[in-house]
Amino acid sequence: MITVLVLMTFGILIGWFLHKKEKILKISSELTNWAIYLLLFLLGLSVGTNEEILSNFDKIGYQSIMITVFAVLGSVLVSWLTYILFFKKDER
Amino acid sequence: MKGSIIILFFFVIGLFTGIYDLLPEHFLQNDYSMYALYLLMFLVGIGIGSNKKTLNLIRSVNFKILLVPLSVITGTYIGVSIFALLQDNLSLIDSLAVGSGFGYYSLSSVLISEVSGDMLGVIALLSNITREIITLLLTPVFARYFGKLAPISSGGATAMDTTLPVITKYIGSDYAIISVFSGVVLTILVPFLIAIIL
Repeated sequence: MITVLVLMTFGILIGWFLHKKEKILKISSELTNWAIYLLLFLLGLSVGTNEEILSNFDKIGYQSIMITVFAVLGSVLVSWLTYILFFKKDER
Repeated sequence: MKGSIIILFFFVIGLFTGIYDLLPEHFLQNDYSMYALYLLMFLVGIGIGSNKKTLNLIRSVNFKILLVPLSVITGTYIGVSIFALLQDNLSLIDSLAVGSGFGYYSLSSVLISEVSGDMLGVIALLSNITREIITLLLTPVFARYFGKLAPISSGGATAMDTTLPVITKYIGSDYAIISVFSGVVLTILVPFLIAIIL
């Protein structure tokens, strides 16, 4: 995991220096898409060979939706408070 | 939205390739995904570092605007912690990790599956896609009843791109900068928060 973070930080620094090199950035963004496609394909592949996940897919789906409902509700309510306390009075 | 469908398409192709054993056994035993992940994180870094939007946004930072992504993180963590208490399939740590995707499902799912296994990776994928869909569908409701920050907050990391058009439509373009700012900050934080939690 540390490797992952180091690589990303390294990338940010390089990106900073390259921010005028449109051509390189275009290739890099295209490559990013393909890396994502490849990884999602590989995730699908190992899920497809994993009996435990396949046979519990409905349960996993239900859990995924429920956790998101809680995540969204929590963040909406906290940001509502932030809005009332810090943002609303500046309008009008 | 087009991007999301393509990404899901690749996941589904992989899924069926796996189910119907379309690839030779030795292919499955090699762990290519780690190297692809390294490459991806490096490229994501380049994308963030070279983004002129990011550079301009950093100049516009002030205390108030920082409160927005902070509220999203706090609220999400409170929400998923309550979820973790209410059931016993997902531990608190796992729930927090999934919540830390903030809608950035491509990155969070592959990162989480690398550390905690495919089961949690799939949950992260489905959960964070759901976050984007909920935001696309419920932005009008959130904006009406819970203030102008609510859709930005629901959108999480996606508030900078995929859900930005619908968000600005309902809360006004004067909040667009805040939306992009919050989305960018969360996008950058996703890998760090997941790494800290897991």
